[in-house]
Amino acid sequence: MLNRFMQMRLRDLVILAVILFALPLFLNNPFYYDLATQMAIIAATVVGLNLLVGFAGQISLGHAGFFGLGAYFTGIMTSNYGWSSVPALVVGAILVGIIAWIVGRPILRLKGHYLSMATLAVGFIIAIILNNERALTGGPDGMPVPAFTVFGWELSPFGSYNLLGMELNGSEAWYLFAAVVLLVAVWLAQNLIDSPIGRALRSVHGSEVAARVVGVDTARYKSLVFVVSAIYASAMGSLYAHFQGFITPAVAGFDFSILFITMVVLGGMGSTMGVILGAVVLKLLPQVLADFQELETVMFGAILMLTMIFMPKGLLPTIQMAVGKRMKKKAGGQA
Amino acid sequence: MSALIEVKGLDKAFGGVHAVEGVSFSVEAGQVYSVIGPNGAGKTTLFNLISGLYTPTKGEIRLKGESTAKLEPNQLAERGMCRTFQQMQICMNMSAIENVMLGRHLKLRSNLFTTLFRLPSLLRDEKACRERAAELMEFVGCGDYLDTEASAMSYGALKRLEIARALAADPKVILLDEPAAGLNAVETAALEKLIRKIADQGTTVMLVEHDMKLVMGISDRLLVLNYGRVLAEGTPEEIRNNPDVIAAYLGG
Ligand SMILES: Nc1ncnc2c1ncn2[C@@H]1O[C@H](COP(=O)(O)OP(=O)(O)O)[C@@H](O)[C@H]1O
Ligand SMILES: [Mg+2]
Repeated sequence: MLNRFMQMRLRDLVILAVILFALPLFLNNPFYYDLATQMAIIAATVVGLNLLVGFAGQISLGHAGFFGLGAYFTGIMTSNYGWSSVPALVVGAILVGIIAWIVGRPILRLKGHYLSMATLAVGFIIAIILNNERALTGGPDGMPVPAFTVFGWELSPFGSYNLLGMELNGSEAWYLFAAVVLLVAVWLAQNLIDSPIGRALRSVHGSEVAARVVGVDTARYKSLVFVVSAIYASAMGSLYAHFQGFITPAVAGFDFSILFITMVVLGGMGSTMGVILGAVVLKLLPQVLADFQELETVMFGAILMLTMIFMPKGLLPTIQMAVGKRMKKKAGGQA
Repeated sequence: MSALIEVKGLDKAFGGVHAVEGVSFSVEAGQVYSVIGPNGAGKTTLFNLISGLYTPTKGEIRLKGESTAKLEPNQLAERGMCRTFQQMQICMNMSAIENVMLGRHLKLRSNLFTTLFRLPSLLRDEKACRERAAELMEFVGCGDYLDTEASAMSYGALKRLEIARALAADPKVILLDEPAAGLNAVETAALEKLIRKIADQGTTVMLVEHDMKLVMGISDRLLVLNYGRVLAEGTPEEIRNNPDVIAAYLGG
């Protein structure tokens, strides 16, 4: 017996896989592949952030801080200390998880605006440290990051590869890798949501009082989801660093944090597929509106505000509801 | 043997308002113990104190002899206490059955690893949990709503759902705050049966209710509060014949 949740998640995963693997049919140059790869990595980040914001109802305006820490840990360990990519990603994610736990415990007691301010401060502090530790990070000028390597095998945008007889250039190979990463990120998030832990998380959002009287240690679960979402950000930051080949403290900055949260809100808080759509739309928008580049942050702010006012459920849930209503109407009309 | 719940000299003040003042009583295991009194008498505040949501200004509450002063609501839940609310507390971001499965939170042993990779042990536990939750929803009379979103359910169904959630923890004592409020006569009759069934299973029930017929019929003992103070305490028979209660209720 499949319950409703399991049917939905299976459907979502299949749809996502079909889109991700059909997309190359429409991508005809490396520029689009690179854009799609960025989208997938950012989308996986916001899938993690959505666990905190959409499902547990806690805000983080500093999540780029964790993304940046992952990116820089990878950058520093692989280029200065000769670490391989996977250990750097994993150790970085664990360290960021520990930092998130230490920071999260006290600040997640706060609610509403106070929590927003505290998480904002966390992001700022991380960005400032990355800016100031010139010896390690190269400061505001940034630092180069070597290509992603596993067991001596190198994934570089400039390489060429052979997958099951298909000739792939570096951009195509990176895209496929990022697509698989996104699918895994979604699968893990779904597993978390549809579980005792996931119900406890959602109850913190639904009714914190109810959660407490049925025995949920709400403080512990808030910290837990904060850590999980920080680990998502860190791991994706690591991949992002490899893919870009060069990082600056901007990856940990305020603009990035706002971008992430806007993706969640626009796409649909609490909808995993929704936030992926949010990521796609907000990565595409600057391409379409290339003339307004200086106004990017203003634009994201405006989108955030307008979404909250006119479409509080977010893009995908609103579309799904409208489609559902129309189908009902049609079915009703014919009966 | 001490009583299941012992309350001594309990006080709760909000600023200048004494919502509960000098309240003492005890509840034996297996009883149906009701708290009655006019609106604003302090009944909900008393429940909030007993379930650990409020800390007393003065006085003491003991659960099976243990002082609850330092215990959080979730720790009281671990000791077998569960409750429903006058202002229903349902997670509207979940389906009906998930709300009940949430009630079983403390019975589930899961860790991040088995969860993230959906290992067989987790699936087994989830299946058992879902079956138990479905059983309970049947028991309280909302078995038709298993996978309905909570936000799409009627008020009466949600009231029963909240009871199912409280029962899911296999509690030793369940606190029901005005479960009949807003229900029609048929629903109230069904509720009375349900409370009897819960009590017959050996669960101690504390009940706040305005429906006198329901309360008098079902309770082993009653506590009457008025302006935060105890007006009377005793069996339904004693309460019915108590001159203070008669005076207060019949406009003395
Ligand atoms: N959280 C609170 N803050 C301030 N006053 C409160 C609070 N809770 C209850 N009160 C006050 O305490 C008194 C008792 O309220 P309550 O316990 O809700 O009564 P009942 O449940 O018997 O109707 C009322 O005067 C109410 O205004
Ligand atoms: Mg009340």
